[in-house]
Amino acid sequence: MYTQAMDIPSPDRDDAVRGGPRSLVDQQRDAAYEAEFDARVARGEFVEAKDWMPEGYRKTLVRQISQHAHSEIVGMLPEGNWITRAPTLKRKAILLAKVQDEGGHGMYLYAAAETLGVARDDLVDALHSGKAKYSSIFNYPTLNWADIGVIGWLVDGAAIMNQIPLCRCSYGPYARAMIRICKEESFHQRQGYDLLLTMMKGTADQRAMVQDAVNRWWWPSLMMFGPHDKDSVHSGDSIRWGIKRISNDDLRQKFVDATVPQARVLGITLPDPDLRFNEERGHWDFGTIDWSEFWHVVNGHGQCNRERLADRVQAWEDGAWVREAALAHAEKQRRRDRLAA
Amino acid sequence: MTEASRQWPLWEVFIRSKNGLDHKHCGSVHAPDARMALQNARDVYTRRMEGVSIWVVRADHIVASDPDAKPEMFDPAEDKIYRHPTFYTLPDEVNHM
Repeated sequence: MYTQAMDIPSPDRDDAVRGGPRSLVDQQRDAAYEAEFDARVARGEFVEAKDWMPEGYRKTLVRQISQHAHSEIVGMLPEGNWITRAPTLKRKAILLAKVQDEGGHGMYLYAAAETLGVARDDLVDALHSGKAKYSSIFNYPTLNWADIGVIGWLVDGAAIMNQIPLCRCSYGPYARAMIRICKEESFHQRQGYDLLLTMMKGTADQRAMVQDAVNRWWWPSLMMFGPHDKDSVHSGDSIRWGIKRISNDDLRQKFVDATVPQARVLGITLPDPDLRFNEERGHWDFGTIDWSEFWHVVNGHGQCNRERLADRVQAWEDGAWVREAALAHAEKQRRRDRLAA
Repeated sequence: MTEASRQWPLWEVFIRSKNGLDHKHCGSVHAPDARMALQNARDVYTRRMEGVSIWVVRADHIVASDPDAKPEMFDPAEDKIYRHPTFYTLPDEVNHM
């Protein structure tokens, strides 16, 4: 799950500058290549793995795609927690499929990042050491079953808004992975809404649970689109390079406009007294986002930051013996095959 | 052996979506051997009946053309437009040929 909120300064960004001093010939060659590259991207052509690309473009993509992959993987945790607590076998099967999809999305994306010449283990290390970011939304807790429905409806809904423009991203391997992911995300959002509709047909307590979950997830969902355009750091290069197509505020507005009627059908209220339709703009106006909360969570002080990372590292370490055993088995088989030959 | 070299090798994955169509590249997976590469490719790339057949190939066994050599490799075809049917203008009565 990618969101433009990840498009903010991070520790792994500062090395996004060129390597050591370059000769004059190299510099001239790079300048010529770069002009040709910019023209290609401006014509809407795709860039493929082995094509020449500016170092900044490559670094930006490695950062964005790997953070996107990390988010898919960490995103398995808040929902995975509920697999054994699903209220029916049907809901359990659906949730299992969804969490498996998140794992799959992480795999597509790590594979896309690796086409840029980075090793998967290095990307995973960057996540585990806290050097690389993942989407802050997963640092909020999933307190009850209604949260699972609201994550599908609002969080995956916001992710879809963020991700659809990436299907037209200039980097071919990323764009292709995104097409596959977007097809699958649609199931995620619909199953969440379906789950909530079912709860709303239940008891007063169940309806209250849905409203409570919406109250907690609404504002964090709006933050997923990232800081306001005037405060957005990476946008310039990303837009010029055809990586980012739509601004944070435009996407957020699109999300609010799409979600308000869905909330009405569901029969819940969105926790924003300033939410009203603006005839003049033809859009829904909404209240002020508490950016101090956003930065608080981004900077590692959300409710679950430490727990999520610790769970992730533990899963990786607990799986080490399996990875090593599989490799040892493969080596043994190869030795046997050689002896038999 | 160092930690880094313990990473499972990379395999490229090709999937035939249905009989009658070509296998098409769809991504890659890490796996220690061919059998697990197939297994992982199935789990990662065919969760929704996307395929009826999978090929996996060790990524380091693929030989690719050099993108910088595109002109030498592919341009010569551009001046051979007589290879295309549209090069020939025929009388209207038979132009659907």
